Amino acid sequence: MTMLEVPTIDAPAVPGMADGKQRRITTSHLRRLEAESIHILRETAAEFRKPVMLYSIGKDSSVLLHLAMKAFDPGKPPFPLLHVDTTWKFREMIAFRDRRARELGLDLIVHTNNDGLSQGIDPFSHGSARYTDVMKTQALRQALDFHGFDAAIGGARRDEEKSRAKERVFSHRSAAHRWDPKNQRPELWGLYNTRLAPGESMRVFPLSNWTELDVWDYILLEDIPIVPLYLAASRPVVERDGALIMVDDDRMPLQPGEAPQWRSVRFRTLGCYPLTGATSSTAATLPEIVQEMTASRTSERQGRMIDRDSPASMERKKAEGYF
Amino acid sequence: MSYHEASTIAAADAPRLDQDDRPTLRFVTCGSVDDGKSTLVGRLLYDSKTLLDDQLDALASESKTAGTTAGDLDFALLVDGLQAEREQGITIDVAYRFFATKLRRFIVADTPGHAQYTRNMATGASNADLAVVLVDARKGVITQTRRHSHILSLLGIRHVVLAVNKMDLIGFDGDRFASITAEYLTLAGQLGISQVQCIPVVAPDGDNIVAASARMLWYEGPTITAYLESVNVAGDASQQPFRLPVQWVSRPHADFRGFCGRIASGTIALGDAVRAQPSGHQTRIARILTPAGERNHARPGESITLTLADEIDVSRGDVLTAGSAAPVSDQLAAHLVWFDGEAMVTGRRYLLRCGTASTGAVITELKHRIAIDTMARESATTLDVNEIGYVHLDLDRPLVFEAYRDNRDMGSFILIDPISHRTAAAGMIDMSLRRATNVHWQRLAVDKSVRARLKQQRPCVLWFTGLSGAGKSTIANLVDSRLAELGRHAALLDGDNLRHGINRDLGFTNAERTENVRRVAEIAALFVDAGLIALVALISPFRSERELARQRLEAGEFIEIHVATPLAECERRDPKGLYRKARAGQLPAFTGIDHPYEAPLAPDITIDTSELSSEAACERIIRYLREHNYL
Repeated sequence: MTMLEVPTIDAPAVPGMADGKQRRITTSHLRRLEAESIHILRETAAEFRKPVMLYSIGKDSSVLLHLAMKAFDPGKPPFPLLHVDTTWKFREMIAFRDRRARELGLDLIVHTNNDGLSQGIDPFSHGSARYTDVMKTQALRQALDFHGFDAAIGGARRDEEKSRAKERVFSHRSAAHRWDPKNQRPELWGLYNTRLAPGESMRVFPLSNWTELDVWDYILLEDIPIVPLYLAASRPVVERDGALIMVDDDRMPLQPGEAPQWRSVRFRTLGCYPLTGATSSTAATLPEIVQEMTASRTSERQGRMIDRDSPASMERKKAEGYF
Repeated sequence: MSYHEASTIAAADAPRLDQDDRPTLRFVTCGSVDDGKSTLVGRLLYDSKTLLDDQLDALASESKTAGTTAGDLDFALLVDGLQAEREQGITIDVAYRFFATKLRRFIVADTPGHAQYTRNMATGASNADLAVVLVDARKGVITQTRRHSHILSLLGIRHVVLAVNKMDLIGFDGDRFASITAEYLTLAGQLGISQVQCIPVVAPDGDNIVAASARMLWYEGPTITAYLESVNVAGDASQQPFRLPVQWVSRPHADFRGFCGRIASGTIALGDAVRAQPSGHQTRIARILTPAGERNHARPGESITLTLADEIDVSRGDVLTAGSAAPVSDQLAAHLVWFDGEAMVTGRRYLLRCGTASTGAVITELKHRIAIDTMARESATTLDVNEIGYVHLDLDRPLVFEAYRDNRDMGSFILIDPISHRTAAAGMIDMSLRRATNVHWQRLAVDKSVRARLKQQRPCVLWFTGLSGAGKSTIANLVDSRLAELGRHAALLDGDNLRHGINRDLGFTNAERTENVRRVAEIAALFVDAGLIALVALISPFRSERELARQRLEAGEFIEIHVATPLAECERRDPKGLYRKARAGQLPAFTGIDHPYEAPLAPDITIDTSELSSEAACERIIRYLREHNYL
């Protein structure tokens, strides 16, 4: 099979703005969320020996990075970015990642689980559960251990999923990176218990109180660059188990009779392309996305294959160290 | 161009729509097991159309398999997120949910009803403006209702909605509702909860949740949603004096020194006079940087960066204030809600966090415990998990604060167990027991830099930590002699010797060990002030206490030396025969045997005397002092 011609956009990924439509923005509400997140980011920088920001290239990461730039302006964030690269991310994501790190002059660490790679773990032959465990969860733990990071900042939100709704802003992890949901430290007021024993670490979630719509509103308000995959464009997809999977490169094995079709699609969340379902859409600008979001009747995680592997799968994955 | 300016300019022509600025009401739900809290919250989510199609599908299928409602939608499943909870059919942790109506946004903390999870309720209440208290119409006001309402009042909640649920199970009896209402109003009056709205509901069916119930026409008050949309809970923090706990000092280059933090109360404008507390140094505001760009004023709740007209010494934990000065004290009276399974110990040192400040704190006295059911004050010697008391605290350093009733951000604190690191208690400051502001630091004309120049050395503390028998004293003595040969001035503080003198009143409990370390740190700091190099040889097993010693000094003055001789080797040497005694059970709480030693995470120097002779160790330390310009 030959490599498919997938359009990639090289221009700075600032989405189209000047469409003259009214924006649905609630500035004060967003400014309150922004102030809280910046407070959390500064606490992390002040209280930990070696923090790191998990940068997954998605829209939440884009917002997180933007907030970090603001929190320490005119300085740079006092921590590097870490991307756990499964080698199955959309090509546009990788290009976007490298460009943003370069533009902002930030230190970017890219980690891949080479053991998993040499064992040939891939999302097709090993199933999404095993693949995610090896290439994401274990890879993340490897990277945190290798660099000795004691705090990892992530973009998870409480509105994403039920077990996330109970996660703390500063969420304690044992030396084995385990989350103990029944033994979480209470968080009162804006006071965070940041004490750690040797080997223990903290996951920090500055976007805990944001909703998906808040994220989009803020991207619109602040003109935050995002990966163009969030905007509708004609892309080659195949339909599998009711999901539209984009054929991003020729590693994707096509089943007999399966042929990629060019359709106008976009993504509500981004991850590994074989595990990320696209939605049919013609929303090609940010205001159109926000409009589509407002009218949406499904949640963003519907496009994620890994949440639906088994009942309570997210809770179990989190206990094992998944972000 | 700074990052702020860049993003502000990029968005400059974007229209700013402030019209749709629905305020956010944060509320907490509480009640006993099976009162129907999760069902009520699930119902609010459902009726506000917050739920999406795939979530509704999942709810419908889970209701059939896991539900307790015979196939009808089980709204509790929407919020009982953790697997254990779904299996047991109970809520075991705080869940935060978001929904919005045309008038307001809501963040609801759904909290558990079990007695042993009271701490989660306090957690949910700490950030809430209002509470929805559920009672079962068949049971009325019960012990749990009193307990929860008491915690609400302690945490400063002044607005309560009493949702009398399961009205269908008492035949929609209006008289019964009236008697429950009367009983609760009496309770609320005792607790100082000034605003109470009682509403009869049937949560699973939605009666009086969004729409008025057709089955209780005798009730003429608002529905839950209507009340939450209209209640006025706002206290105006902008009218209070300006308080900014300094979170982070930003020094990206020599020309910029900014003080970052979130405004706890009051407003500030360019040119305003401010002081740094506790030092009292005064200056004016030079620039105000906000996330939306540079401005000439800022309001409560904003995360900002300030630059000052004069270069004054301000660091994390200090508070920038304007208008009346904030009280400063190292002796406080406060209410505590005890969280930890390990009971409170008076005399023990905990770590206290208030705003951005951290300090050691000893609970000197438990004035009384409060009986939850009767609100009566009882005499007691300790607080157990979920108990509430009124205590006196003695802090290592003066704290800038406000009474909790006046300012939640400046008056709240947590206590952290120095060993387990668990959050042991939540506290609310009532008042200062004396005015530390009246005890001024004596400014000295000859300071340590003058003395240090005289002696041609940079004063510092060499802190030797390690197990008994590791070789701390031996190496410290060698370094002391070597420094004398070099014509430098040092002083040795040896843990064993000090226990014969200044620390003779101390034993070996955790609290006494902590006090031992504190005294030695204070003496070492005085030696540094005198321009000396202080050598401290002390097991000092706890990281937190060594950290306090470090904080007592200025940056670069504390050099942590880990004498990391392995336990087996120390025990083999056993120069004082202590390990033998400890193994024989004659020395309880002996470090390394039945008492923990927390090794330094990032010591400045590490020495293992099983690999390095004492003389070589001494030379390594001297070399370190030279390379780092102490000598």
